[in-house]
This record gives sequence, structure tokens and C-alpha cells, in this order.
Amino acid sequence: MAIRDETRMLLESMTRLFQDKATKQVIDRAETGEFAADLWRVVAETGVPLAALPESAGGADAEWSDLYAVLRVAGRFSVPLPLAETMLAGWVASSAGLDLSDGPMTVGPVIGTDRLSIVRDGNGWMLSGKASRIPYASHAARTILIADGPDGEMAVALDGTGDAEVTTGKNIANESRDTLGFTRVRLSADAVGALGRGVSRGALYRRGALARATMMSGALERAMDMATTYAQERVQFGRPISKFQAVQQNLAVLAGQTAAAVAAANLGIEALGKVDGERETFLIAVAKARVGEAATLACEIAHQVHGAIGFTKEYALQLSTRRLWSWREEFGSDPEWAARVGSHACANGADGLWEMLTAVT
Amino acid sequence: MATPMFRFDPVELPPEALVMRAEVRDFIKEHQHLMGFNKSEFNRDFSRAMGRRGWIGMTWPKQYGGSERSAFERYVMVEEMLAAGAPLSAHYIADRQSGPNILRFGTEEQKQFFCPKIAAGELTFCIGMSEPNSGSDLASTQTKAVKVDGGYKINGTKLWTSNAHRSDYAILFCKMSGDGHDETDRHAGATQFLLDLKTPGIDIRPVINLLGEHHFNEIFLTDVFVPDNRLLGREGNGWNQLTSELAFERSAPDRFLVLFQMLREMVRVAGPTPDRATAAALGKLIAQLVTLRSMSLSIAGMLHEGLQPNNESAVVKDLGTRYEQDIPVVARQLFPIEPELEAIDTYVSMIARSTMNAPRLSIQGGTREILRGIIARGLGLR
Repeated sequence: MAIRDETRMLLESMTRLFQDKATKQVIDRAETGEFAADLWRVVAETGVPLAALPESAGGADAEWSDLYAVLRVAGRFSVPLPLAETMLAGWVASSAGLDLSDGPMTVGPVIGTDRLSIVRDGNGWMLSGKASRIPYASHAARTILIADGPDGEMAVALDGTGDAEVTTGKNIANESRDTLGFTRVRLSADAVGALGRGVSRGALYRRGALARATMMSGALERAMDMATTYAQERVQFGRPISKFQAVQQNLAVLAGQTAAAVAAANLGIEALGKVDGERETFLIAVAKARVGEAATLACEIAHQVHGAIGFTKEYALQLSTRRLWSWREEFGSDPEWAARVGSHACANGADGLWEMLTAVT
Repeated sequence: MATPMFRFDPVELPPEALVMRAEVRDFIKEHQHLMGFNKSEFNRDFSRAMGRRGWIGMTWPKQYGGSERSAFERYVMVEEMLAAGAPLSAHYIADRQSGPNILRFGTEEQKQFFCPKIAAGELTFCIGMSEPNSGSDLASTQTKAVKVDGGYKINGTKLWTSNAHRSDYAILFCKMSGDGHDETDRHAGATQFLLDLKTPGIDIRPVINLLGEHHFNEIFLTDVFVPDNRLLGREGNGWNQLTSELAFERSAPDRFLVLFQMLREMVRVAGPTPDRATAAALGKLIAQLVTLRSMSLSIAGMLHEGLQPNNESAVVKDLGTRYEQDIPVVARQLFPIEPELEAIDTYVSMIARSTMNAPRLSIQGGTREILRGIIARGLGLR
């Protein structure tokens, strides 16, 4: 399928932007806990974070497939921003008619077992429960949450983190992952809205998983590029180590896993919104499971090829590999999603397996 | 990024491919008694029946017996047949690589003589590449052709030739002798012939594999005469032609669908509500399969556009054989049972067969190491 011209232009300009602005210094500083505000400003100016929204809501009616393609580029450059989270927060909030922010936003719950609930309280609402490991919550201008209401799931918008009790935390890439606790927190009526069609806690979890899978496919491309380039520069025994068959064979495996990860993430992206919910869920599960598997194998090889230098803070490989090790667990690990794939196949039955696999394409 | 990335752009199957899928499924239902993991893979009647439907040489020009269908229709037809365990061996090599190579390099007379017969399911081809001392290193072929009056005289030995004992022709790879080619150039003098296996001087002997079955053969060639009109392509162009033939061989979906029925039986044994660990192990395999299929379809798309995705084909074969070799490993972890080839229980015989067959997968059609060498070359490392 030919890539559209406008998609290519978008990806080229975002690649340039991240290349210039998401430097190792910027990422290193963000990892100390200081939000990359300057980087956020230039990214926000492109309009990409809210581009999926309708024009009436300040967006550009952009295709989600294009935005996911941008997330792959962001993953390639280890961009230390809640870009996916802002996109998803905008999606949830606008569907519920809630006010957005043009600052960084975040969204939750991101853990499958976390539950929030709201009950009526006079003219407003009262929010209780816990949302663990919310990305960049302590830096967010808005937090958009999905809570169980009296008549089903509702969207909740908080300025910052509202009156949540915040326990800061981070993943092993030092990206902020904060836990928000709510004990009968009062909300005004206009902070809560009914979810639009197709938006739910489950759908958010799936789109989050696909976002991580897509970002991982980009990070894998970067790790593979670094390992391949390094192997051709590093000389030992009088020749570049890329000339040794043992190294070549490892790099070939790395290239195969990377290609598989990109293909798997694309499967999920292609399924978004185009086919029925069950099929979308299945293909996103395939994507997160397969990309996670690739990440585990690929990180091992990328480090092995680099030798000791790849194990240093100074050298940039770890920016990608620590993110891969973090992201493979976020929005559900690869074993969790693989179990969903397997359960779905088993429930569907052995004799329907082939029909299921070939149902759409 | 500096490194070349292998591209597998997503492909959406065109409507005619979906029509094809329905037709093939009906055909499979009609021939259900011939399908299955433990049935004979070689059935000339079945090949003829497929030929009557126009499903051999599907993408070839009509003037040479083809149906001028798209690469996607062929892909769908092949994957349906493979997943069902259809007996394809009597025509598969000819359909996949011999026919396309004849169409690409053959003379007009050769195209008209061979291709319609292949498409009708009347002509079985085998491969003629490996030798006792020339396996992965095919350029070291010791089989020699000498120009004689009206043709060539060939001497040598071919080995590991699947189905030679029931094939009509082989595409024989060898080297010219006494033609004055540059002996320091390992690819010089390489030549391919369309070898009629009934020619005097050919002795085909079985090599029984470790399952106790007769697929492999050793072919002894003693002063075998091949007429001028059965030279394929040009003298000395054999290496180039062989590379093209291998690209056809490596890009097909048979590299990851041979054990599909085993995966299906594992889902059956797991039952409708497996525990989490079982579901995750099966799901991991299924996620690999779905991804492989998407990558393979993407290759069909590239072939459709006239590209030569040799690196991408090597990637899919390498990942595909790993996946297929994992199937019996996962099976014995999830549902351990003592394997027995002749068992009545389908799962028990499948685990026996797939365990014993596993080593073959990463050897045939290019060993794992050779494929990874091709990928490394594609990355610019060699």
C-alpha cells in the first residue's frame, strides 16, 4: 500500500524536529525529573498532539494511522514527552465534550485492574479509587480519567491532577509514572461527561497498548541502526567486527525481529477503527505480544554487539533499550496480550482457527 | 538512519482474492478425504484437478497455460491449500520455481512445451542443485557438462533431491567443462539444463530420511545426453538463474504454514478455556503466525509490483522456520505425551512427525546460516 504524500511529509518534518530538538542532553535532563517544556512547546506548535480531533474542537481531523506513525518516530528518538497520552486524552475528553488543554495531558487508568468510580454529589460528582502509574501526571496540565459512574463509564477531566493524592514514581527509563489516589474527591458538573461512541476504558487500554507497541517498533529501529553502524566502525583483530560471521548472524536476527515488530505494529494500526471491535482487539493484542517478544530478543543482541560501551550512561543505546524494557510492560505485557490472543483462539475453537486468522485480509 | 531497513508495507487483499478464497475452500471441502497431516503429499490426480481449475501457474500468461491471475490470488490459493494439508507435491516445485524460471529464461519452444503441461498438473519437476560435496556452497558444483554434437554430455551426482523418483524433469545446475571459462571466477561456467529424468544414464536411488520415509534421492548421471534445445537460458548464466530460482523458492508461504494443522490440534487439546500460561504460549505462536503472514503478503505485493524482495524473503524464511521449530517444543511443554508416529490420536502422531521433521526446516531451501548471511549482506555488512 503506497504511503500517502501528506503522511510522508508529516513524518519527514517530525523526524527533523525530533532529530534537532530531542537531543541526548534534552533527554538526559528530562530523566532527572525536569519536564522538557521547550521540546513540548515546539511539538505542540505542530498541532500533532491534538490533530486527531475534529476541526471544530481545535484539531485537524487527522488519520489515527498518521498519528501512530508519528509515535513510531517519537519512539525512535526516545522523545521524553507524554505525546501518546496527550493524543489519547484528547480523544477521550473530546468524545465526552470536556474541556481540553493545549498543554501536555495524560490519561488513565493505564493498569488493567485499576478502577475509579464516581457518584452523584449535589450538582457535581465525587471521585474515588486509584489510578496507578499514570505517565507524566505530575507534569500534566490536564488529566483525563475514565471512571465507573452510576450508568456506566464516564470521562473525568482534572486540572493538573486535581485533588488527587500523588505518589510520584518512574519507569526504568526515568519517565514519570505517578500514582493518583482519590478519596471522595469533589468534582464540578462540567468536569464529568458521558463517553462518546467507541470510547471506553477497554478501548483506551487497547489504544495505549498499540501506542507503546508502535513506539517500541521505532525504538527497535534505532537500536538496530546503532548496532549495525557500530559494528562497522568498531575494529578488533584488525578488522571491523561486522566482518565476523558470528556478529553478522546476530545482526541478521536483530534485523528480522525489528522488521517483524514494525509489521506487527502496522497490523494493529491498520485495524484501528476500520474493522469490528473484536478484530481490532485481536490484532492489537497480536501487535503488543509480537513487539514485546521482539524487544526482548533485540535488546539482548544490540547490547551484545556493542560490548561494554553500550552499557554506559554516556552512550545513547541505553536510551532506547531502557525504554523498550519499560514499554514492553506498559498497557499490558507481551505475555498478558499473548494470553488474550490464545484465549480468543481457544474460545473460538480449533476448527475455526484458520477462518479467524484470515477473516479480514 | 544509516542502516537499510527491510520494508514490509501492509497489504490489503483485493476483492478478487477473497472470491478466490471462497472457491478454494469449496474445492477443499470436495476433496476433504485427501487432506491432512498424515496423508500422502504426492497425488497426481489432485494436481490434475487443480490444473483443471487453473490453479497451477495461476499468474502466468494465458498463452503458456496460465490464468493471468494476480499474485494475491495465487497467495490466497496457496495458503488455503497449505493450511488444509492438501497434497501439492506433484506440482509444487514446478509451480513455485521451475515454471517461473522457464518463463523467465527459457526459449519460446521451451515455454510452449513445458508451461502448459505444468499448468495442467501433468508434469512434475524436482530441484537439481545439491550434491554430496556441494550443499550450501552451490558454486562448488562438481557436475560437469561438455559440449558435444547436437547437445551436451553430463556427468556427476545430485543429492537430497526430493521426489526425484516420481518426477518427470529436473532443472539441473552444473558447470561447463572445456569451454575455457575463467576458473578463478567461482560463478563462471555455471549452466542450467532441463533434464528429462527418463534419459539413459540416469540412476535414481532412494535416501531414506530419519522418519523412515522415502523423499530424498541421489541421482547418478553417467554420460547423460541433453539436446541443445534443453539448455535453459545461456551457458555460463547459471548462477544468475539459480539465484532467481531460489528467490521464488524462498518467498512462498510454505515456509510457515506446513505445521498449521499441528497448531490447530494444540488449540483443540487446550480446550475452550485454557489456563493463562497455556493461553499465553499458544497466543505467542499465533501472534508470530499472524505477523509472518502479514510479512509474507507484503512480499506477494512486492512480487506483484515486479520487485525482487530477496532480503525480505530471507527474513520471512528465517523467522518462519524458527516459528515452526518452536511448535513441537511448545507442544511438549504444554501437553506432554510420548510421541508415536503411527498413533491413532492425531495430536500424538503430529508431535512425533513435527519433532522429527523440525531439523529439516532450517536446512532446506537455504540453511539458517546462509539466510542470515544474505540478510547481513542486505544490511551492508558483507
